[in-house]
Amino acid sequence: MKIELRNISKSFDKKSNVIEKMNLKINDGEFVALLGPSGCGKTTTMLMIAGIYKPDSGDIYFDDQKVNHLEPKDRHIGMVFQSYALYPHMTVLENICFPLKQQKIPKRERLQRAKEAAEMVRLGDLLERKPSELSGGQQQRVALARAIVKRPKLLLLDEPMSNLDAGLRIEMRAEISRLQKELGITTILVTHDQEEAMTLADRIALMKDGKIVQYDTPMKLYHEPVNIEVAKFIGTPPMNFMEGTVVGNQVQIGERTYPMDEGKFDLTGSNEVILGVRPHDIRLGWTGDIRFYGHVRYVETFGHSKMIHADMAGNRIQFFAEPHLSIDTGAGIQFSFNLSAIHLFDKETGKSLRKPGPERTEMSVGGAASY
Amino acid sequence: MKNALKKWKLPAFMLGPFLVLIIMFFFLPVLLTAALAFTNMGPSMQWEFNAVQNFQKLFSDPNLTKILTNTAVYVGFTLLINVFFGLTLALFTTYFARKERHGLFFRTIWMLPRMSPPVVYALLWVWFFDPSEYGLLNGIRAIFFDLPPINIIGNEPMFIVILANGFIGASFGMIIFSSAIKSIPQDLFYAASVDGASHWSIIKDIIMPAIRWPFMFVTIWQLLSLLTSYEYILLITDGGPLNESEVLALYSYHKAFQHFEYGYGAAISLILVVIALICTFILWRFFRVKEMMRTSRID
Repeated sequence: MKIELRNISKSFDKKSNVIEKMNLKINDGEFVALLGPSGCGKTTTMLMIAGIYKPDSGDIYFDDQKVNHLEPKDRHIGMVFQSYALYPHMTVLENICFPLKQQKIPKRERLQRAKEAAEMVRLGDLLERKPSELSGGQQQRVALARAIVKRPKLLLLDEPMSNLDAGLRIEMRAEISRLQKELGITTILVTHDQEEAMTLADRIALMKDGKIVQYDTPMKLYHEPVNIEVAKFIGTPPMNFMEGTVVGNQVQIGERTYPMDEGKFDLTGSNEVILGVRPHDIRLGWTGDIRFYGHVRYVETFGHSKMIHADMAGNRIQFFAEPHLSIDTGAGIQFSFNLSAIHLFDKETGKSLRKPGPERTEMSVGGAASY
Repeated sequence: MKNALKKWKLPAFMLGPFLVLIIMFFFLPVLLTAALAFTNMGPSMQWEFNAVQNFQKLFSDPNLTKILTNTAVYVGFTLLINVFFGLTLALFTTYFARKERHGLFFRTIWMLPRMSPPVVYALLWVWFFDPSEYGLLNGIRAIFFDLPPINIIGNEPMFIVILANGFIGASFGMIIFSSAIKSIPQDLFYAASVDGASHWSIIKDIIMPAIRWPFMFVTIWQLLSLLTSYEYILLITDGGPLNESEVLALYSYHKAFQHFEYGYGAAISLILVVIALICTFILWRFFRVKEMMRTSRID
């Protein structure tokens, strides 16, 4: 099912909007993540799509049909809640059967479909348990089974994995991904965990203060953030930032100036800029195009690598190094990165200075066509 | 022995004062009632044991059948109103009223009679149904419909007594049920509405199972207090006319404090205690309390 939000606004106190004039298009069968810090309005958005909240203004379309006034039960949706919201006094089987019972489906078919759904989430042997007798991961599976048993056209997942421990989270991530592909169902995931969004979603809508900041594929979001907020939010460890001044075609950082790629960045409108580089793109030694001096603040060991936290003309820089490297705190180091790894943002507006190059539009057209 | 002393010293010290209070004010009165029931204590406060004479007298009392029937009717119907009307009010003020402000407002209104003294509340009922043309109902009938005055309290005393007690008692269930319904996580309601549940199904499948404990508590509590309460009956009909609305608790009061047959009154009270115990036991089984208290297992 195709989903479209047009100019959706929602307010709870009539003073400030929780959601402000939001637009969002989701293609049939697509997996979209609403990603953002807590309080950014992503759950509100999902509850409006579910029909539990009604938008103050704007329209919601399912397959080009306006659904603003449809009740949740008439929207053909399945939903998994952060708390799982299992009915505590019903057994697992009764929980999964509940939506079918409401649709007045005959008992025999009801049981058969519930068992199929339970099988699909690998719950087969726990059907007679009560939710209180299940672990978090098992409860999560019951919630999933209950959401898919009525064969919804849209699956809504509200922070489904935030109550699970790290190991289980990765397991359930794989499970949800498999299930979504098997069923080919349009899915919206609400999460504050960027890793979850990046690994699961076809496209991510990054939200902040009730607005979508960027709506793109995970790769685009990572490699071409539209502004500094996105660049800060996406990627672990986070991007390094250095402040600089534009001097002609060059950017001056500290005492030195560095040439920028004019084909990629538009430096004409800016004076003060922020230069961003991901930790993975920085190397120890002067092998890259742009070279710096710095000194070591401290070093973290991860086993597969070491992370060096360095100070460079007052900027804090972190990057990875060989695991066997031994280096002292306070030691002077040289490091470098390639021109192609640079992100540039206007210091005042925070907007990316990347030119809307031809490859960019081509890629998004190609991307959209493949859904 | 020394160990036992050591182990129980602190608990005994901590619990002691309360145990003394409980024994003095709860336990001893029951024993005293039980003892008095087997005496002929009268207005002179002198008493001697007269074995089961009180009970013989009670079981041959010509009014007994009428009074027991009245008690059953009174307790049964008032309990129904108390519990189910209370539940209805709670549902309306929490589940159906979307705004907490509105719910709170209506709950407060229903609480008002609880805050006013019973005499005032009873007086309102008496005034409303007064058989003369100065009664509110008869006044309305005369002014708007030109109808003659009627004597509802005289003709249907049980009906009025049940109504008066039912309405005021419903606020107890309302408060308990409201808070129980409010403690159900909002997500459950969301999930149910996504699953396509109707209001009836939400009440039956989600609210009712969640408030089983308070439901049992309110039912048993109200049952016990109704069995022993008589103040509104006393004030509105005084058991009359001709024992038409006399219940066991009121009968015990009449015997003890109007006829000064304290021993006999105590015997009636003792019967009441036995009835209360039996009813509680039946409800205990009915609500399957043991099952409710079963612990959960998690692996």
